[in-house]
Amino acid sequence: MLEQKVKYEGDCDKEFAKWVTSQTGGENLRHCIQCGICSATCPLSLYMDYTPRRLINMAREGFKKEVLGSFTIWLCASCYACRVECPKEIQVTDIMYLLKRRAIEEGVYPRRFPIPVLAREFGRMIFMFGRVNETLLVIDLFLRTNWFKFLGMTGLGMNLMRTGRMSLIPETIKNRAELRKVLDALDADEKSKREAVS
Amino acid sequence: MKKYLYFPGCSLKGSGKAYEESFLAVCKALGMDIRELEDWNCCGATAYMSVEETKSYALAGRNLAIAEREDLDVIAPCSACYLVLNKTQKALKENTEIRRKVVNALKAGGLDYKGTVKVRHPLDVLINDVGLEKISKLIKNPVKGLKLAPYYGCQIVRPYATFDDQHDPVTMDKLMKAAGAECVTWPLKTRCCGGSLTGTVPEVGLRLAYIILKEAKKRGAGAIVTLCPLCQFNLDGYQGKIASKYESVDMPVLYFTQVLGLAMGLPGSELGIKRGIISAEAVLAGGGLR
Repeated sequence: MLEQKVKYEGDCDKEFAKWVTSQTGGENLRHCIQCGICSATCPLSLYMDYTPRRLINMAREGFKKEVLGSFTIWLCASCYACRVECPKEIQVTDIMYLLKRRAIEEGVYPRRFPIPVLAREFGRMIFMFGRVNETLLVIDLFLRTNWFKFLGMTGLGMNLMRTGRMSLIPETIKNRAELRKVLDALDADEKSKREAVS
Repeated sequence: MKKYLYFPGCSLKGSGKAYEESFLAVCKALGMDIRELEDWNCCGATAYMSVEETKSYALAGRNLAIAEREDLDVIAPCSACYLVLNKTQKALKENTEIRRKVVNALKAGGLDYKGTVKVRHPLDVLINDVGLEKISKLIKNPVKGLKLAPYYGCQIVRPYATFDDQHDPVTMDKLMKAAGAECVTWPLKTRCCGGSLTGTVPEVGLRLAYIILKEAKKRGAGAIVTLCPLCQFNLDGYQGKIASKYESVDMPVLYFTQVLGLAMGLPGSELGIKRGIISAEAVLAGGGLR
């Protein structure tokens, strides 16, 4: 079947464009001159479906579906190379974070793709123990995404065991109640704000 | 001498044990007064910061609030912890809405934070507080003949470089030269090691790590020396996979604190030298060390 490959301006989601340019850090997306230094310095751009330069232009024009469904936002490794080179001082890394959060909210991120799963499990482990046990986190991640790949990790696991760098017992903080109160208070704050809006 | 608090973070208690061991051993040998932050929690790292921003500021905020009670600088050796703690400081200072939310959440947990804590990196403290002069005097066993590729990775100098240059950092080079090592000149000092992509998307992550290893080898380095537990893990731990996918590089990856410790005459067993998956023994023996 033939598909429309080029979008008319009217096909874009202007609400999304408005939203992204009104967020903290998103205001100066309008200043982007499309010079492409972000894509040039990005060590991951050659694996991305849209380079950072292109993603920025698409985001501010309202290509909501393409931007939120892209691998680009998840491949960003937060190395901040683009951020320090950008002549317009656009905080590209934080823009990626903003888009990741929106993609999660809308439930449009690539399913079973390990990166969003890692982020979620990371948070869960902190809430449970206050600290993260790398070994348990990695095991959990592979079982949830691709348990077959887990078998390929046995060599590394043995090496870590041999050098005393692996532990299967989670470290916990003493005052977990305090930490949970802090995190719960933020959830409550978020909820009351959402209710006020609706 | 000035007192410090130490924020280990999760990695230095796990896969990065050798960093903790060597860092604390060097501090002790330098006569520094340093103790672990009481009941610290995970900083959240990039994985959490990128999807739960406000909560991640609150996690860091709890650590900062505990540290503020003691009124001491906090040393965070791990790059992710260093970045997240500093980023939180900046956000709390500059963004009133974030400050309101985080301060209120901390209050709900019975904590109070005014925003006075300084978060520092071991390189910053060693160069600017202790000083090269004092360190040089304690070098008893210079690592002559050891050729190193100093690798800083991303999150120490970016985005908030305060104590070193963003494009060409030199503080670790200076320490390694003081220890008697030779440093190769190479362009990948601050290039990304792959971060967590080595585990989540190995077809991409492994290549990033391979590029760093190969370039260090090409420039004649006998070992890479680094300051980040994740960089060390990626470059050292994944060499087996890299060998089967690309080529064998056989490059030991040490922490700068391990090299410094050896040069100060501390025994390798106190510095976690044997925790490297790629053994550093041969290259260290070449440098007259055991």
